[in-house]
Amino acid sequence: MSQLLEVSGVSVTFDGFRAINNLSFSIGQSELRAIIGPNGAGKTTFMDIVTGKTRPDEGRVLWGEMSQSLLKMSESQIARAGVGRKFQRPTVFEDQSVYDNLAMALKKDRSPWGVLFFRPQANDRVRIEELAGEIGLADQLDRKSGELSHGQKQWLEIGMLLAQEPRLLLVDEPAAGMTLAEREHTTDLLKEAAKTRAVVVVEHDMEFVRRLECKVTVLHEGSVLAEGSLDHVTKNQDVIDVYLGR
Amino acid sequence: MTGTFLSRNPSVLIFIACLAAFTLAVTLMSEAAGSELISTSFVKTLGKTLCLCLVAIAMDLVWGFAGILSLGHFAFFGVGGYMIGMWLMYARTEAIVATSLANAEIPPTDQEIIDAIGTQIFGVVGSSDFPPIWSFADSLTLQLLMVVLVPGLLALVFGWLAFRSRVTGVYLSILTQAMTLALALYLFQNDSGLRGNNGLSGLQNIPGAEGIPQATISVWFFWASAVALGLGYVLSAWVVSGKFGSVIRGIRDDEARVRFLGYSVEGYKLFIFTLTAVIAAIAGALYYPQAGIINPAEIAPIASIYLAVWVAIGGRGRLYGAVIGAALVSLLSTWFTGGQVPSIPLGVYTIVWVDWWQVLLGISFVLVTLFAPRGIGGLFDYFSGNRAPNRHGRDLGPDAGSLREQEAEQ
Repeated sequence: MSQLLEVSGVSVTFDGFRAINNLSFSIGQSELRAIIGPNGAGKTTFMDIVTGKTRPDEGRVLWGEMSQSLLKMSESQIARAGVGRKFQRPTVFEDQSVYDNLAMALKKDRSPWGVLFFRPQANDRVRIEELAGEIGLADQLDRKSGELSHGQKQWLEIGMLLAQEPRLLLVDEPAAGMTLAEREHTTDLLKEAAKTRAVVVVEHDMEFVRRLECKVTVLHEGSVLAEGSLDHVTKNQDVIDVYLGR
Repeated sequence: MTGTFLSRNPSVLIFIACLAAFTLAVTLMSEAAGSELISTSFVKTLGKTLCLCLVAIAMDLVWGFAGILSLGHFAFFGVGGYMIGMWLMYARTEAIVATSLANAEIPPTDQEIIDAIGTQIFGVVGSSDFPPIWSFADSLTLQLLMVVLVPGLLALVFGWLAFRSRVTGVYLSILTQAMTLALALYLFQNDSGLRGNNGLSGLQNIPGAEGIPQATISVWFFWASAVALGLGYVLSAWVVSGKFGSVIRGIRDDEARVRFLGYSVEGYKLFIFTLTAVIAAIAGALYYPQAGIINPAEIAPIASIYLAVWVAIGGRGRLYGAVIGAALVSLLSTWFTGGQVPSIPLGVYTIVWVDWWQVLLGISFVLVTLFAPRGIGGLFDYFSGNRAPNRHGRDLGPDAGSLREQEAEQ
């Protein structure tokens, strides 16, 4: 099976600090993957590189069947190519309604002229209602998203990501600040999403990762320390030393 | 998001109705209608105020909605005025020169007429040749096109350079301010081709309308300004009401997030910056024929700062707020600086409002920013009970539900 995203030999240095050191990583078309690692392991920087926010000093980031290099593309081009990202802190447009948030994310023409003359069709409305149902916000569509609870905002953001219909979803600590029931719902959503696309989850919480039942990549000091099932990596002596042992 | 544009934006209809009623009332009370209630010069002041409201709408679009604090939009306003002023001055001088040369024994050639116009216009700066920028000044159509094209292109090039380099926030404001200053300093030079610090004058005399009294012309321009303001308001309301408005408000609140949604933020900023520059230029082209004179001091950076103050006092992020702010503050400013406000004798010191008006304006700006960040327009929300939740505390996390720090303390 060909890989959707291939990161090879990537390094990045911030003021002499090597945040990412010769990192290689790849993920298939429809795969769920968890990335764990202690603070400062380079998890967020890794996402920054894939989404175009940070340019690596060396290495390659190849995307899709055509093996396109993502390094030459801007953030918005990468997003349009099919990379969706969820930030650690829920970032929704608080001043706008849940409906508007989802409508903005819906996969449509993104050019200024196209958007200026865009008028929602009946099927757009249906699609938004469907998405809102999936994330449990069906009856909140007209509320300002700033009024939602923390967990609801996290879901709204996941809903916006799904609306984008990305081929690769990068999710940074989705369960932070969620109740137990909300966590379970989130796991289900992510597992469901991974059936049709690639999903990368960065998470601290081992219990959450265990529930995802997927392959795990352990990062440490900017490179991959171990990779495999959760049970496999938790038995790895290096992993125990740097991460779990503490 | 259902229903027609007007049913979703009732404020547009209310605004248009108020504007129409105001226009009619002023027309009926003007000297042109045979009444003595409003003097011609006050009709001109009101017409100019409408133009200032239009440029305030442009400022609100670019600042209140898209979050770009441009301190250079008055430059586009001024450039628009210069462009129309060139035709007005050329055509009027041509008419004067043609009459005076008509009595000569030998009929003048075309070149002689053009030279005579040049001497008339550029005599004050010690020149008589037309600089290349006056190439189209003899054609109203071309010069009207220049009103839109010159500021539009200036905004496009400037915006492209600035937004492409991801200059944001206060740095962008400084950059726009520098652009305004550079433009004003350039125009102050005698060899800039626009008569240096003399500027263009006599713009209130419309060529081909010599027989028509200023009382009538002032009403014409008042109507033109009202129509332009109405159209500008509807256009702006349409732009911000749909998904485009959603995206630019998103850019204002969280630029990076919009970028990761796949929207090219720079493209949107450039679009709105250029659009508002064109609106500002049209407002300027209607303003200066009523003012009668334009000179580089009009483009000075302080003018653009005033524009931001009007919008802030009126209420950012709502179009009628910008209109209210611009109308109120500019009319008050005319009143105070016109010396009609009685001075306040304090015994040891007398407050003369002509001097103290700026202090008063500055204090009200500070007070509005501190205590009423939504400006005068926020009063409408206050009375309609539409109050935004004030949620600025830290998220409390899952256990306290949707409450935030400060709310939980209450």
